[in-house]
Amino acid sequence: MKLKNYESVIILTPVLSEKQMQEAVSSFRQLITEHDGKIIHEENWGLTKLAYPIAKKSTGFYHIFEFEAPVTIVEKLELAYRRDEQILRYMTIALDKHAVVYNERRRKGAFNKKAEVKEVAK
Amino acid sequence: MTKKVKVGKSDDSFVFSNSPQQFQKKYCRFKKSGIKYIDYKNPDFLMKFINEQGKILPRRITGTSLKYQRKVAEAVKRARHLALLPFVGDQLK
Repeated sequence: MKLKNYESVIILTPVLSEKQMQEAVSSFRQLITEHDGKIIHEENWGLTKLAYPIAKKSTGFYHIFEFEAPVTIVEKLELAYRRDEQILRYMTIALDKHAVVYNERRRKGAFNKKAEVKEVAK
Repeated sequence: MTKKVKVGKSDDSFVFSNSPQQFQKKYCRFKKSGIKYIDYKNPDFLMKFINEQGKILPRRITGTSLKYQRKVAEAVKRARHLALLPFVGDQLK
């Protein structure tokens, strides 16, 4: 089964408690690994302000999954996202080779996120 | 990344752009600095390509090549979808 690289970003409603949020996230993590996907990296931005209110809420929990999975997973994953009301918005994208290289460099801190991000890829 | 200066060379294409006025050959900053992927999760970087109202800046002002302008547009639209960038901003800068 050919594995493709994906990146999935979800925004959860701010009304959740920490525990509920962790539960929701782990349910998706489990869903990915169940369909023999491999999670490369996860990122949680915590409660951040949205640029515009979504469903009357102006903040949300951002959570990013970066994973490698067979093609059939996207449909299942997005179906699960749609079913879950805690999710305000989701986006899953396929990563091309430049994106994968970029993410690795980002994890290694090639662009120091604190200071002004310098997008210089040698 | 030092702030690049991008203004049309000839006088008639004198266009007010948000960077200081200096005549210099416009160039694609992505080709020059070798950026291959524009991350949509990083609104600070994308801010350089949208104006105060949150609109995407045209190529004649930013001077980016077509290939990278499409990537910028795609990244900005994704960021807007994920509420990292507003669709209609005010005094974004």
